[in-house]
Amino acid sequence: MMRLPPFRYLAPRSVAEAVRQLADHGPDAMVVAGGTDLYPNMKRRQFEPRVLVGLRGIRELAGIRGSARQGMVLAAGATLTQVSNHPEVLRHYPAVARAADLVSTPQLRNMGTIGGNVCVDTRCNYYNQSYAWRKAIGFCMKKDGDICLVAPGSDRCLAISSSDTAPVLWSLGASVRLVGPKGERVIPISALYQDDGIQYLTKAADEILTEIVLPPVDGLRATYWKLRRRGSFDFPVLGVGVALRMEGEVCREARIVLGAVASQPREAADAGRLLVGERLTPELIDRVAEAAAKPSKPLDNTDLVYHYRKRMTRVYVARALRELAGLPVGEFPLGMTARN
Amino acid sequence: MSPKEELAVIGKPLPKVDAWEKVAGDTRFADDLFLPRMAYAKILRSCHPHALIKRIETSRARALPGVYAVITGADFPPVKFGIMPTSQDEEVLCTEKVRFVGDPVAAVAAVDEETAERATELIDVEYEVLPTIMSIEQALAQEKVRIHEYGDGPNIHKAVSLEFGDVEEAFRQAHLVREDVFYFEGNTHLPMEQHAAVARWGPDGKLTLWSSTQTPHYVHRAMAKVLGLPMSHVRVIATPNGGGFGGKSDPFSHEMVVARFAQLTGRPVKCTLTREEVFYCHRGRHPVLMWVKTGVTKTGEILGMHFRSWLDGGAYGSYGVASTYYTGVLQTSTYKVPVYKFEGMRVFTNKPPCGPKRGHGTPQPRYALECHLDKIAADLGLDPVELRRRQLVDEFSMTANHLTITTCGLGECIDKVVEASGWRDKFRKLPPGRGVGFAASAYITGAGLPIYWNKMPHSGVIVKIDRGGGVTVFCGSTDIGQGSDSVLAYVVAEVLGIAPEDIRVVTGDTDLTPVDLGSYSSRVTIMTGNAAKEAAEKLQGLLFDAAAKKLDVPPSALEARARRIFVRDDPDKGMSFPDAAQLAEAAYGTLAAAGSYTPPMRGGKFKGSGVGPTPAYSYSACVVEVAVDPETGEVRPVEIWIAHDVGRAINPLLVEGQVEGSIYMGLGEALMEEQVFRKGLHKIPSMLEYKSPTTLETPEIRTVLVETLDPEGPFGAKESGQGPLLPVIPAIANAVYDAVGVRVDEVPITPEKVLKGLDLRAQGKEPRVGPERVPAARFPEPIRVPLPGEDSTLEAQATIYRRAIHRREGPRS
Repeated sequence: MMRLPPFRYLAPRSVAEAVRQLADHGPDAMVVAGGTDLYPNMKRRQFEPRVLVGLRGIRELAGIRGSARQGMVLAAGATLTQVSNHPEVLRHYPAVARAADLVSTPQLRNMGTIGGNVCVDTRCNYYNQSYAWRKAIGFCMKKDGDICLVAPGSDRCLAISSSDTAPVLWSLGASVRLVGPKGERVIPISALYQDDGIQYLTKAADEILTEIVLPPVDGLRATYWKLRRRGSFDFPVLGVGVALRMEGEVCREARIVLGAVASQPREAADAGRLLVGERLTPELIDRVAEAAAKPSKPLDNTDLVYHYRKRMTRVYVARALRELAGLPVGEFPLGMTARN
Repeated sequence: MSPKEELAVIGKPLPKVDAWEKVAGDTRFADDLFLPRMAYAKILRSCHPHALIKRIETSRARALPGVYAVITGADFPPVKFGIMPTSQDEEVLCTEKVRFVGDPVAAVAAVDEETAERATELIDVEYEVLPTIMSIEQALAQEKVRIHEYGDGPNIHKAVSLEFGDVEEAFRQAHLVREDVFYFEGNTHLPMEQHAAVARWGPDGKLTLWSSTQTPHYVHRAMAKVLGLPMSHVRVIATPNGGGFGGKSDPFSHEMVVARFAQLTGRPVKCTLTREEVFYCHRGRHPVLMWVKTGVTKTGEILGMHFRSWLDGGAYGSYGVASTYYTGVLQTSTYKVPVYKFEGMRVFTNKPPCGPKRGHGTPQPRYALECHLDKIAADLGLDPVELRRRQLVDEFSMTANHLTITTCGLGECIDKVVEASGWRDKFRKLPPGRGVGFAASAYITGAGLPIYWNKMPHSGVIVKIDRGGGVTVFCGSTDIGQGSDSVLAYVVAEVLGIAPEDIRVVTGDTDLTPVDLGSYSSRVTIMTGNAAKEAAEKLQGLLFDAAAKKLDVPPSALEARARRIFVRDDPDKGMSFPDAAQLAEAAYGTLAAAGSYTPPMRGGKFKGSGVGPTPAYSYSACVVEVAVDPETGEVRPVEIWIAHDVGRAINPLLVEGQVEGSIYMGLGEALMEEQVFRKGLHKIPSMLEYKSPTTLETPEIRTVLVETLDPEGPFGAKESGQGPLLPVIPAIANAVYDAVGVRVDEVPITPEKVLKGLDLRAQGKEPRVGPERVPAARFPEPIRVPLPGEDSTLEAQATIYRRAIHRREGPRS
């Protein structure tokens, strides 16, 4: 079987101690929370940390608090199961609960954390392979090589952002709190990401993501639609997060954010603007969906044919909007059979 | 045979004999074995799909602390092996050439797995890369690139051609002649348990191998051959299997590697494959390109059929010769095909070798045939069920290609699923996006011939009775989860009148158990069951004789039941089973008896007639209802109805489990599973990315068991492990057509293919997605075989029939 390489495991009791340990060990260290993404990647030697700073024992990183009126705070160490089952999250931020619920399997959601999902490594089927496989095909730039095997002309890595929760959190206008040796900062989650499969986070290596801050509900309605083959296990090959601020029948604010179409979640801003000041009619929804598909540029590096994934962007955006408009959406796709 | 209600154990939904161990986590699989001083082995595999090995340098690996030994092909005698005698083309570790990414090249034994793996990376192999062949078309086009030097032509492993009657003449007589082309992508078994093996080389120079194998007897032979040992010095123990499905039916490199390491190091050595390596061992479903042409009457009766198949075999022979024939032989065993021609060809490619997966070589042609017949029904404006129902094979008959049919419950199976599914109210009547599809099939209950030619029994059983009344059953069979150990216990318990829990079953150990050929070809229940029945009946005879003397009645007056032996007409007069056992042992000595089973020899007399014959065929009929989303192309099975003629359900619970497992596996093959390659590498060798359905994608399954009490089977039983998979795939394809009018003539039926079909329909083009053409035919001249009616086989049929009736209605068999 595949084995973990040797490493040292540190178990800090506070964020401050964890930050210090990260700084002490520099590039040799990584943080680990649930480990559901990190440990398999270590077995395939995509990550080769000598030191792991374990976040599980840090009390500050646990829990979910707040209210619809003030907004809620999801501590980074809250498990995906806790997020998806939390009564307040379910009632006021059902899209967040659904996205968390659609991550992987029940067992992995019991271990995996919301912070881990927000920061989850980008994926590519040239990269998520064993060391021997990657060696056989010729290493790629994300690990051990210098070219991109998806598009050999590319000067950057094209691995895919694979977080289910990020598109929803972005669409809601959530923020994240980062704590590092120089103190802490709160940034919009949209500023956490950048379109580079290797440096997909703007977070410094010695910063720890401690909280996700959800804004007050205040008329926000959101949803998440996920394309994958099966109702469990699979990472998204397309995610659609949509949040609308409604005033009666009229949309005052709209954000449509696509997951798994680039190395970061990608906002379809032009499409969102079409909704502002309008009623959600089926005709408008079709136009918005058409516009939202434009920034979707999937490549041949994950499951399902890429032009199919492109084509599905329009369908999934339309269905997400129809769901929010209270229009019929038909049967949910197989990938969402286990949804909240 | 006893009427059903008289049986005490057979037909009851009892727990499996290994259920307690399994649910308690107490079962020891091969990887759970830890022996003192054990070392761990890792195999270095080729990183090129096709290359010459110029040099292998192992000194850096040997120097790594913790490494006990490093071996290459030079550490084995220059002997090749393979499961089929005619395809001995595999080396334990490649010496001159590698033929696919994953081909074993060298191996390391070390103190732990981590060290062994690190050491494999320190082995330097210099390759000379060769051009690569990755498809059937490339194999046939690139004659100068040769993967192997043997076979029936350049890159052609096997080419066969058989004609039964004049097929062109049949087409001339036909009202309608239709041709279709289909492609079935390859897929793999995906057993939960990865292959593992442990070897121990004793101080006496004898080898013991524990392995997760389905075929310990064939592994036994291969080990002895490759290691140059007498078979008497090799003991192979098949550990409980965490799933096989055909993927553990070949002898494998890692089994021989641990054996050699155990000899070299004096330590027990274990090798457990990674999931990725399991994808490389493969031996799974062949990708098959198929062309079929059928002539029918105005009412749809088949007058003649011509079937061609091209199999992508991957890099080695494996079971490929048999697979090739299997793509052609069972077309005739469901519906009457009076005239039939088959041409098949297996090519070598630089991919993991294909072999037997559940249904071995028959799901691909069954998919093609059942979709083809659906199209013929549509051409003629007939109900596709009616078209089939009126031309089913007759019971106790012979097919055009000389296969003997015994019982056939297909008509009843069809009627049951048609009724249960509400077919008549649904076919062509459901709203757009909803559809139903139908298909039927037949499958062998055990191959009529062994893998290597011999006249010995296919299965042997020894039953021993202890003085305390305990019974032990010894058989070389291997329980791969299907419940074959339990079947042995049920059969013996029924005959001796005791409970299955009074019986200990010892299986799959070449030192302790008589030979059984293995868990393949759906042979285990019929063959071990008959052997066990024979052994148990011999002991029953001794017990009855001894008890009869004591009770002063004739033995024929006795009955064994509820742990007693008693007078049938005076049940109070009798004795306990242990008392009878002691009386019998006192009278006749140690109580042990052997039973054995050899299938009847009744294939044709032509070359290639060895594949297809079986003691009895099982039959299945299936209706699937699907919902197709016209915007996403996603196909969602809504409900599946299946009826399976199992002959007799020895344990209906286990049979239903086999049926449901087959359906689940068929769903995956129909809708998502595919072995795909990129740049010569398996694109997705992981359980995450190789998409196989979960419980969430599996709809409600309604299973009906049909019992025909076949004269060949123990208590009338036929197979259930593989046959029910066959109709599922075409039934789904036919249901998709009913739902959205799109023909997807290529498995798997992925959402993008459905959408492509819908696009074609919207453009007013033929809504069909699938292969457009087949390679130019380069088959050998056909062997022309007279139809059974044209020689003396009518007499043979009559004999079979008489024998069957005798066994069915005669005295207790």
